[in-house]
Amino acid sequence: MSLPNVEQVLNELAQNLNRYLQEQDIEQPLLIGIRTGGVWVAERLQQILKIEESGSLDISFYRDDFTRKGLHPQVQGSDLPDTVEDRHIVLVDDVIMSGRTIRAGMNELFDYGRPASITLVCLLDIGRRELPIQPDLCGAKLSLSEDELIKLSGPQPLTITLA
Amino acid sequence: MIINPCNVQLTADGRLKHFLTTEGLSKALLTEILDTADSFISTQEREIKKVPLLRGKTVVNLFFENSTRTRSTFELAAKRLSADILNLDIARSATSKGETLMDTLWNLEAMYSDVFVVRHADSGAAHFIAEQVTPNVAIINAGDGRHAHPTQAMLDMLTIRRHKGSIEGKVVAVVGDILHSRVARSQIHALNTLGAAEVRVIGPRTLLPRDIGGLGCKVFYKLEDGLKDCDVVIMLRLQKERMQDALLPSGSEFYKRYGLTVDKLKLAKPDAIVMHPGPINRGVEIESTVADGAQSVILNQVSYGIAVRMAVMAMAMSGQQQERNERAQAQGEL
Amino acid sequence: MRYLHIEQARLIDPSQNIDTVTDLYVAEGRIKAIGRKPESGVVEESIDGRGQWLIPGLIDLGGHLAEPGFAQKGAIASETYAACSSGFTHVCALPDTKPVVDNSAIVQQILEKAQQARFAHVLPLGALTPDLAGEQISSMAALQEAGCVALSNARRPFKNSYVLRRVLEYAATYDILVFLAPDDVSLSASGSMHEGPVATRMGIPGIPRTAETIALAQMLLLIEQTGVRAHISQISCARSLVMLRQAREAGMSITADTPLANLIYTDESVTGYNSLYKVFPPLRTEVDRQALLAAVNAGELAISSNHRPHDVAGKKTTFIDAEPGMSMFDGFLPLAMQLVDKGELTEEAFISAVSTVPAEVLGMEHGLKEGSLFNAALIDPAQERCFRRSHLLSQGRNSPVAGMTLKGAASAVFVDGRRVI
Repeated sequence: MSLPNVEQVLNELAQNLNRYLQEQDIEQPLLIGIRTGGVWVAERLQQILKIEESGSLDISFYRDDFTRKGLHPQVQGSDLPDTVEDRHIVLVDDVIMSGRTIRAGMNELFDYGRPASITLVCLLDIGRRELPIQPDLCGAKLSLSEDELIKLSGPQPLTITLA
Repeated sequence: MIINPCNVQLTADGRLKHFLTTEGLSKALLTEILDTADSFISTQEREIKKVPLLRGKTVVNLFFENSTRTRSTFELAAKRLSADILNLDIARSATSKGETLMDTLWNLEAMYSDVFVVRHADSGAAHFIAEQVTPNVAIINAGDGRHAHPTQAMLDMLTIRRHKGSIEGKVVAVVGDILHSRVARSQIHALNTLGAAEVRVIGPRTLLPRDIGGLGCKVFYKLEDGLKDCDVVIMLRLQKERMQDALLPSGSEFYKRYGLTVDKLKLAKPDAIVMHPGPINRGVEIESTVADGAQSVILNQVSYGIAVRMAVMAMAMSGQQQERNERAQAQGEL
Repeated sequence: MRYLHIEQARLIDPSQNIDTVTDLYVAEGRIKAIGRKPESGVVEESIDGRGQWLIPGLIDLGGHLAEPGFAQKGAIASETYAACSSGFTHVCALPDTKPVVDNSAIVQQILEKAQQARFAHVLPLGALTPDLAGEQISSMAALQEAGCVALSNARRPFKNSYVLRRVLEYAATYDILVFLAPDDVSLSASGSMHEGPVATRMGIPGIPRTAETIALAQMLLLIEQTGVRAHISQISCARSLVMLRQAREAGMSITADTPLANLIYTDESVTGYNSLYKVFPPLRTEVDRQALLAAVNAGELAISSNHRPHDVAGKKTTFIDAEPGMSMFDGFLPLAMQLVDKGELTEEAFISAVSTVPAEVLGMEHGLKEGSLFNAALIDPAQERCFRRSHLLSQGRNSPVAGMTLKGAASAVFVDGRRVI
């Protein structure tokens, strides 16, 4: 299976996002990346589209596997503007798989305030959903065999490898 | 040969499972506590201050010694982690009727709690409880005798880090009743581990244990000498009882010699910060102008305290969880 | 005449300067012959003493037997049995029982219990002051008549120098031997361990050396003034040894002992808040330990057990709350033999410190001589013993050897010729 070219996929995704925002009449989107991979992708999207406002979300305190795995050792904290109340949020993650990370991210966002809308943007969709959550915009879909995993490295250059 | 008594705090792979003392913990682990606390600070500043991390867990405040302040910050910290909290003032309950410490513990264990926050008048009490309690319960030391007050020391470290960038290379002075201070001991260990250039203790001989230098600090009996070019000045609270125990003549003589006034503060670096674990005795340890002044970060310490306590509870619970999983796995494999 | 024959044991008796491999014959409770066969009679029992030491029975100058009053911690029967297992044939029982040994009825009670148990002899120490309160003079003559070998303060304070002076003067009237353990309570009351770097690190209030030396100075001066016969119990500091030496050089006849624990452990043992090592007098530093060892080797200092059994509850709590004391009888012999093994004590100094010197202090006939009562221990330095918790002989749950396997055991112990171990 050949891996897609990250730059290419990113650029396409950026263009699609731009068109989407125009269609939805969203003038001042708040771009929020989920640590760590999602933050890198969000930064690139921000660069390309010249979006003004951004933030990052650390979902360590909202994960559903504390009982199994404990606290992740490198908690960095979230960095959001004062409020997300009434904002149109573009939530960005690098890879969507089970959907649990997005669930945690949304729960956390709602503890900061009530957004007007959330648009989910993912660079890669590798399937294996466990929750009913789907991205609004997706860079590329991949199907991996059972024991394969994808790894994003960054921030410069952004590369995908199979693990 | 000193056996490291801190091993009881750590899991086999070096993660925190109890928080008893800052002594013997690695720089990496102390830094992890600070980083985790930092991330909790941001959650404290938003509208919904809770995170769901410890939802369904029970935290018990086991206070054998009264302290409304410390107890309420732990209570708040537990609630903001979405845990359930139970406050037990043992000073007024069973043990005053003669129940032994062990019996108290056994009764509590029957209630299936996850965290005990313990404050006790006897040094070593938190260690004792950590050794005796059933596995899976995290013990957080909220102060044992004059031995340690690790959460206070860590919030002090966080304060220094936030206001001075880092602890590395800083000259820090701790002033006052070091002899009876559990905070001071915990601070000295943490400061040294985190790379302070010099830790100074300042006070009259009656309030400085003779061997305190052995913990890694320089002893000064004159405030003027000790304050020179300090980056951080930490004033300790002077308790009234010290005047009755033939340790000091009066609060006013102490103030004259060791009180932090505007003039004395000028001896430290111009951007030095002033800290105090609280509650402050105006006119005894510190001049009001200094306590309320630009260099004082005393009020910030309080808010950092909640974040630090959230961090250690989360980390200790996490370590306990891992151990429990490992144990379950090992049993499953047998 | 029917004899017990102990064959070819190494007979060591410092009181006679004897250290030789020889044969010994016992009958009717007494030694009938050493190094020669008795003229008539038959050997009823023979013990092979090869490779073993045959020494005069150990005499303890101070152990707590927990009876009367502390039934959950121990009893005369169990504690004297434990003492015998380490080679003790005589134990001085400390008077801080409940009630305190301050009247003849209690002394009688103790002696009866000891006789019923039929293990080591119990030599009761009476209280110098009623209830050990340090205020008035106890009925010393009555206590002496009832069987007390000496009177002790059991480490308790005297109200002031005046009271101590009168107590010592009165004791001197009847030529009563006094055992004084020095402790200035105003300096020691708030402490739980030796005041030093370890205590500072652990935040435990300490007991400075001056708590012992100041009280010792007061005692030595008043002993000198009153002329009482005195023995100083439970020394822990190097400085105290200097003071005792000075007193002897000035002509005073004064003896002293140190607990075995203070020859083995130091304040470092407390690290980790292990309440097992909470003892009074406290374990001090390596400097003190070395000085105490040197004094024992020089024959200046006897070794006592300072045995004090406790139940689990007494120790299973915070260090500061824990009751002080170690259960020493079960492990006394192997622990002491470790010191000998390591070269920290000479064989002769050890045996002298636990039998010859205590006998001298008490003015007792003691030694392996033809005609004497046979109070002795046959010790196998190589024999290993496993001290399983459930099989300790003392009722105390605070033994430092619980769970350990150690070398050096008494293979046989004889009290007045009767074999008890």
